Amino acid sequence: MTAETTRGTTALLELAGLDVRFDTPDGEVHAVRGIDLALKSGETLAVVGESGSGKSQAMMAAMGLLAKNGRAGGSVRYRGREILGLSSRALDEVRGAKIAMIFQEPMTSLDPLYTIGSQLAEPLVRHKRLSGRAARTRAVELLTLVGIPEPERRLRAYPHELSGGQRQRVMIAMALAAEPEVLIADEPTTALDVTVQAQIIELLRSLQRRFGMGIVFITHDLGLARHFADRVAVMRYGKVVEEGPAGEVLTRPAHDYTRMLLAAEPTGTKPPPPGDAPVVLEARGVDVTFQIGGGLFAGPSLEIHAVDKVSLTLRQGQTIGIVGESGSGKSTLGRALIRLVDARGDISLFGHSTGLIDAAGLRALRRQAQIVFQDPYGSLSPRMTVGEIIAEGLRVHEPGLDARARERAVIAALEDVTLDPALRNRYPHEFSGGQRQRIAIARALILKPRVLVLDEPTSALDRSVQKGIVELLRRLQKEHGLSYLFISHDLSVVRALSDWIMVMRHGQLVEAGPTEEVYRAPAADYTRALIAAAYGLDGTAPDARMA
Amino acid sequence: MLRYVLRRLLTAIPTLFLIVTLSFFLLRVAPGGPFSQERGLSPEVRANLERVYQLDAPLWRQYLNYLADLLQGNFGPSYNLPDFTVADLFRVGLPVSIQLGASALILALILGSALGVVAALRQNRGVDYAVVALATAGSTIPTFVIAPLYQLVFALTLSWVPVAGWGGGALVNKIGPVLTLALPQIAIVARLMRGAMIESLRANHIRTARALGLGGWSVVVRHALRGALLPIISYAGPAAAALLTGSVVVETVFAIPGVGRYFVDAALNRDYTLVMGTVVVIAVFVIVFNLIVDLLYALVDPRVRYD
Repeated sequence: MTAETTRGTTALLELAGLDVRFDTPDGEVHAVRGIDLALKSGETLAVVGESGSGKSQAMMAAMGLLAKNGRAGGSVRYRGREILGLSSRALDEVRGAKIAMIFQEPMTSLDPLYTIGSQLAEPLVRHKRLSGRAARTRAVELLTLVGIPEPERRLRAYPHELSGGQRQRVMIAMALAAEPEVLIADEPTTALDVTVQAQIIELLRSLQRRFGMGIVFITHDLGLARHFADRVAVMRYGKVVEEGPAGEVLTRPAHDYTRMLLAAEPTGTKPPPPGDAPVVLEARGVDVTFQIGGGLFAGPSLEIHAVDKVSLTLRQGQTIGIVGESGSGKSTLGRALIRLVDARGDISLFGHSTGLIDAAGLRALRRQAQIVFQDPYGSLSPRMTVGEIIAEGLRVHEPGLDARARERAVIAALEDVTLDPALRNRYPHEFSGGQRQRIAIARALILKPRVLVLDEPTSALDRSVQKGIVELLRRLQKEHGLSYLFISHDLSVVRALSDWIMVMRHGQLVEAGPTEEVYRAPAADYTRALIAAAYGLDGTAPDARMA
Repeated sequence: MLRYVLRRLLTAIPTLFLIVTLSFFLLRVAPGGPFSQERGLSPEVRANLERVYQLDAPLWRQYLNYLADLLQGNFGPSYNLPDFTVADLFRVGLPVSIQLGASALILALILGSALGVVAALRQNRGVDYAVVALATAGSTIPTFVIAPLYQLVFALTLSWVPVAGWGGGALVNKIGPVLTLALPQIAIVARLMRGAMIESLRANHIRTARALGLGGWSVVVRHALRGALLPIISYAGPAAAALLTGSVVVETVFAIPGVGRYFVDAALNRDYTLVMGTVVVIAVFVIVFNLIVDLLYALVDPRVRYD
């Protein structure tokens, strides 16, 4: 615990017996079941839990921001004063002024129709009663404070002209405009790249030191909680199952669930395949460019170099991890390798050059090189049953197969990914995120591929669910001798799954090598920054790393 | 921006050309001609008439002649109303139709939007249900029912307003036609606005505004309403083009000397030049209003840029 936490003695924000229920067409959902939490000034309280644990809804209830079908009971006190159930007019004297909140989605949390300056001025005019001119001056100071370069110029920018990290900084500036005493940060860095995430956390820390705010930090990321929070409350099924000092709870957890969460952090390593394992995929100088704009009257088009002369060799049984931040070209590379996007350069699959092959030959090769996409919900057709979705590939690649044989194959594929085959007549929306990811894998597996391109297959999942997918992928690789191209921004999953790693940035290969070597002694500065930003990997103290 | 407007106006030329060409030939494919229905017309007289109007020339020559006239702004004479040129008819009728249409449109936009916003803010409560019911009624009851009902109640029974006629544009004469034109539009705009506003109020940035304690007015008007305007704008463009060029039913029932009747009358009578004139006028309105819509879009939404 730091000196700051002991400064305040009375609670700034206190939740007592807080209860949240939602009326849904399927009946009442009891999202938060009587939780007690207290925050002192200058303190950081991390509320940790998986999706659906009620951690966000508890804070939304405290802020009076529940959806229309939500009801809150119990008590929420700010400096001893009850604020739950206040009229919105009365609540607006507290919201933004004393308690501010920032959200997970930096891309959509700002109004796209107004400039940054105009949105920043709003809370200043509303709570600080500043004139337009004074608000403008203060807005420049706030932007400087949150580390936005050229703040004067940025005032006239629109949200879409800023990056995700910059938008989150603007959100923080807006939240801090009225100098609140409590900041509730709901997964503020989840949608951001790891290096940006580290910068935002550092910004929050320094602002907290400066203004002595109490911060409620809602997160699913135990690593972040460990390094950022003074105290941790672990939530599950709407209840707080464990609460205490961060160091204690996350190193010597008392509750089984906390222990399970900690154990769900990806572990283990992948041994490389034997040196004489056959090469299944070989790529030399893969180059992908996209044209943007252009047309009869639209003027010259813009060319984007998405992948810039990248080469790799994938052997049977090998997993190559491709890491990089958004826009690094890692997904495009994965797609180019199985010819889902056109690329220059030599790509050969199982010894056949894909550039020279006709459509039928390409189809035969594709059967053996399948892809699993990131968004398991968006990539499954909502109007087909899971059985139909999984069988679809067979209809294309083995049109001669009769219905019964297809059915048998679907059952085998579902069993392979440990889903109950009896569920095959249901629709995708009836499954959880982790189950849908298994369905997406089964859809690829039914064709008995030798190469799987896995594009962020675990990114949308909770750690405990992710752990199951990681174990599934390991088992399938062993049983079927599969080769994986594992594309991810999550360095800890990549480390657990791959024996070779490629780091990409701006379409170029920054560094490649055996996973453990790269993680232990990264050669490139960028790799070092990535690894430093991904918490919980190198074991050094967070303060040393952030300095 | 100016370059964009110029470019759009330039691309309108081939569009108009295509519309004119297509309607010209489609019209000629239809059986009959402007003088084939007149009773007691001797073959000589008919041949004479056709020569005067150059309808005896080969079709391609008629087409080229029409194009040449059109380029000089000459829509030609009306075949069935021989005392007037097509341009004369529009000069008299178009201002009347535009007055009615514009009044109806403005009424619909203001009233419809207000109803839609109120319904959205009170979603799934009494007021909302009332607005939705009203909007459904408004868009399902046809104008040829509303107009006579209005005449029956307010003109014949209550004698508050004249039954029909333009009355030189007197206000009492306009109430009926404007209301009849506006009612379905109010219903459509209210439903559109309700949906857009509900969607808009759900946006993440509205949650941000609420979390910052910005208060109801700022949240509803400054942030939610502006975003909800976009679908209204894209509906209002084509709707304006349709309303301003007159309505057959309303002009017939209320005996209004607008241009709405011309399209049907002229088409039935094979009044070639009048049909073509109407087509060109409507096409120009549609093109211009679509351009206005796109420009307004850029004004409301900074993400839309025309450079």
